[in-house]
Amino acid sequence: MFPTPIEKSTPGVQIAYKAMLPVALLVWLAPLLAVALFSIKPDADFTTGNYWGWPTSFEGFANYGLVFGSDMPRYMLNSLLITIPTVIGCIILSSMTGFALGIYKFKANIWVFFMFVAGNFVPFQILMVPVRDLTLDMGLYNTIPGLVLFHIAFQTGFCTLFMRNFIRALPFELVEAARVEGISEFRIFWFVIMPLMKPALAAMAVLIFTFIWNDYFWAVVLTQGVESQPVTAGITSFNAQFRAAYHLMSAGSIVAALPPVAMFFLMQKHFIAGLTLGAVK
Amino acid sequence: MANVAVPQSEYQAPKERGWYKRNEIAVTPWLFLIPGILFFMVYVIIPIFQSFYYSTLSWDGLGEAQNVGLANYAELWDDGAFYTSLKNNFIWLALYLLAIPAGLFIALLLNQTVWGIRLYKSLFFFPFVISQVVVGLVFGWFYDPTFGLFNIALGWFGLGPINVLGDEAYVTYGIIAAGLWPQTAYCMILYLTGLNAVDPEQIEAARLDGAKRLKMLWYVVVPQLKPATFIAFVVTIIGALRSFDLISIMTNGGPFGSSRVLSFYMFEVALSEYGFRMGYGAAVAVVLFLIMLVFITYFLYSMYNEEKGR
Repeated sequence: MFPTPIEKSTPGVQIAYKAMLPVALLVWLAPLLAVALFSIKPDADFTTGNYWGWPTSFEGFANYGLVFGSDMPRYMLNSLLITIPTVIGCIILSSMTGFALGIYKFKANIWVFFMFVAGNFVPFQILMVPVRDLTLDMGLYNTIPGLVLFHIAFQTGFCTLFMRNFIRALPFELVEAARVEGISEFRIFWFVIMPLMKPALAAMAVLIFTFIWNDYFWAVVLTQGVESQPVTAGITSFNAQFRAAYHLMSAGSIVAALPPVAMFFLMQKHFIAGLTLGAVK
Repeated sequence: MANVAVPQSEYQAPKERGWYKRNEIAVTPWLFLIPGILFFMVYVIIPIFQSFYYSTLSWDGLGEAQNVGLANYAELWDDGAFYTSLKNNFIWLALYLLAIPAGLFIALLLNQTVWGIRLYKSLFFFPFVISQVVVGLVFGWFYDPTFGLFNIALGWFGLGPINVLGDEAYVTYGIIAAGLWPQTAYCMILYLTGLNAVDPEQIEAARLDGAKRLKMLWYVVVPQLKPATFIAFVVTIIGALRSFDLISIMTNGGPFGSSRVLSFYMFEVALSEYGFRMGYGAAVAVVLFLIMLVFITYFLYSMYNEEKGR
């Protein structure tokens, strides 16, 4: 299949291929389509056993209205208040660490780099008890800043790996030329490297946004109330409240999943560039 | 240019340069690294070692901690739930890796240029963007014995109904299947970009030599995808060992704790109604960390070799 471009095969194969694509996509996304269908159904459909049939009435507005009338908007706001500062913090920290590790040659370079990479790979659970303890001691348990600080710190590992590899691939002559001109290192960072980093930073921002928005583990470990929990944790209490109300749980899930999806479609190019940076040299 | 006119002698002016100016290139990287290293030390590196220490304590998180030496590990040795979790962790590790060939397969399938293929690629990637909490919920319904699509499909073959999430024999596999859905999408996107970098000349040369289909794939295409495969392997192993969200959402470890993995069990003993046993939880986490350490060492070793090769 792969090495042969489809244009070179017989018309029959080409038609079969084009017909197969939408079918495969439908099967692949069936679970999501089911949720979308559920979310516009009336409550009565579930009690009468009409799970998969056509909705007897369109209740999309009513269902989503109920979702927005619950605590969900608050959870969404919390998620934004957690995600956006984390993204900004990560960009600041990792553009600096990435610059330091990508441009300078010094003995400890590779070891500092490996520290970030190794830390990025550890299972969260090894950090759970100490980080929870630390957050409690700082008086930040069940607050948004408590969660943000941890996320920034942890994601710095991944972001450093990302930025450093990107900066390594830039032409080093630029820095050399700037040094010959007598430009200070800080100005090289700000005026030479920073402008070149922009696409990588955009890609990284999309990635981090998705990672943090979808985080559930730390949300459960470091927060517990509606005043600070993000939507991933909020959706579980929402679901507990509406247990077996499939139409509302579906609508809630869709609302909770929407921001990263929107982000993904708006910034598609960056996102994919971000995921594959480093995979291909 | 204006500075061309500046006499040469003016360039030799700096006599008295500050300490920083003289050591600028040696000092600057550390100035840039300090905030990052500080954050990372406080929240990641030091807690790892603290967890080792906590694992020797008997502590409820609030009162006095008591040093119990290796008693927590001795208890683990005889803990049935620990072995269940450990076994499930290895099942996760082995089966989660299926995401790699599955992702390669879809990537090969979509690596064509027909109308609208870009949209198809994006939509196939969709599951990865969605929170695992939602994925867990959706698959919970998919497996539902009364109305789930899974059992409806089984019914077509005269099988079922199977309550996947309520049956100790199937539950872990059911959850892994749910996890494979976004993970396959992830591997797919890694391979799609990898395929862009495959050298068409080599393909052509191999074709002239008579290589076809599977042989072409295995001997010509796959070796060129090695960087993508490495990343896919890394993220899949990490994903398998971090699996927590899906288990928490879909079964909460049940039925009868049969779908626990170490990461979930650790959370359960340390932070749930079973009591706040921080020390014991830390001991479970240490075991999980040591398993991960094997892989981390391998990953770093590979990266180190590659760095040297540059």
